[in-house]
Amino acid sequence: MNPYLAGVLLGIVLLASMFLSGRGLGASGGMKYLVVSVVGAVDKNHAINTDYYSKYFQEGKKPVLNWLSIELFGLLIGGFISGALSGRLRFRIEKSPRISNAKRFLFAFLGGLFFVYGAQLARGCTSGAALSGMAVLSVAGFVTMIAIFGSAYLFAWFFRKLWI
Amino acid sequence: MGPIATLYNLPEWIDLIFALFIGIGFGFALEQAGFSSCRKLAGMFYGYDTTVLKVFFTAAIVALTGAQLLGFFGLLDLSLVYVNEYYVSASIIGGVIMGAGFIMGGFCPGTGVCAASIGKIDAMIYLSGGLTGAFLFAETYPVIQELAMKNYKGPVKINEALGISPGLFTLIMIAAAVMMFWIAEVAEKKFARNDISSEL
Repeated sequence: MNPYLAGVLLGIVLLASMFLSGRGLGASGGMKYLVVSVVGAVDKNHAINTDYYSKYFQEGKKPVLNWLSIELFGLLIGGFISGALSGRLRFRIEKSPRISNAKRFLFAFLGGLFFVYGAQLARGCTSGAALSGMAVLSVAGFVTMIAIFGSAYLFAWFFRKLWI
Repeated sequence: MGPIATLYNLPEWIDLIFALFIGIGFGFALEQAGFSSCRKLAGMFYGYDTTVLKVFFTAAIVALTGAQLLGFFGLLDLSLVYVNEYYVSASIIGGVIMGAGFIMGGFCPGTGVCAASIGKIDAMIYLSGGLTGAFLFAETYPVIQELAMKNYKGPVKINEALGISPGLFTLIMIAAAVMMFWIAEVAEKKFARNDISSEL
C-alpha cells in the first residue's frame, strides 16, 4: 500500500482509539502485562511480595485481561489478516545476505531486549509514547520521538553491516 | 460524543472489545504499510527507504488534526483523552535505549509483533528479547526507580509549553511534516539501494 495512504489508515485507527476508549495505541505495554501475568502464574509469592508486580494483582485484577494486552492480541490478528490478503504469509528469516542467521538472531534478540526495556522506562514505545503522545500534543511524546529516532541515527553507523 | 467508554461509563468488557478491534486495525495498518519488513524499517536510518517517516508523520497529523477538529465541534472531550505524563530523564534516556534497540533489531515492538504474525522468524526472536527486556525491567525496578521518577513535569502539552493555541501548533506540525516528506523523497533518490529494495 502507498505509505501515505497507510499512514492515513493508521491515523484513523489511532483517532478511533481516542474516540472509543479515550486513549492511544500501544505495543510494549501489552508485553509488560504478558510478562506480569506469567510471573504471577509461575511464582505467585514473588508477584505479590514485589512492589512492581503487586499493583497489577490488586483487587483480584487479571493483568492478562487488560486493554493493552487485548489490543496486542488484536495487533497479531490484524497483521496476519493483512499478510494473508497480500500473500505475504511465509516462515522466513529476513536479513542482509552478508550476515549469518545466528548473527541476525543475536541482534534481533538484543534489539528487542533494549527496545522494550527502554520503553518501560519511558512509559511507552514508538506507538504508545511517540505516535499517540504526539497526537494528544504531549511534550513527552515529542521528546521520546526525537530521542528514539535521534539515537537510532547516532548508532546507525556502528550497526551498518547488519543492514547494508 | 466521545470518548465513548468513559462518557457513557460502559462496562469493562465492552472497552476490551474496542481494544481487540483497535488492535486488529492497528496490525492491519502496520502490515499494509510494509512495516513487517526489518530491512525496510532499517532503511530509514540509511536513507534508502523512508517509509517509516512517511507513515509515522502522516498518521500523527491525521490523528492530531482529527482530534482537534472533533474537539472543536464538541464531538470529543479532549480533557478525557489520556495525555502522556512527562518524566524528563526517563523519556530521554528511555528513548535513547529504544533507538539503540531499533537499529540492532530492526523493529519497534508494534512492528515486531506485526512481522511475527506473518511468519518472520527473526521477529519472533526479537519478541522473545522484548519479553526478556520487560522482565529485566521489572526485576531491576528497585535500582532504576529513582531515574524513572526523576524530573516529573505532569501531563504537559507542547502548545501550552510554547504559549500558542493547539490549532496553530497543529498547523505548524502539518507544515513541518510536508517539508519532511519532501526531504524524504529526495533522500530516497540519493541513497537508493536497488539491490535491497528489489528484495523487499
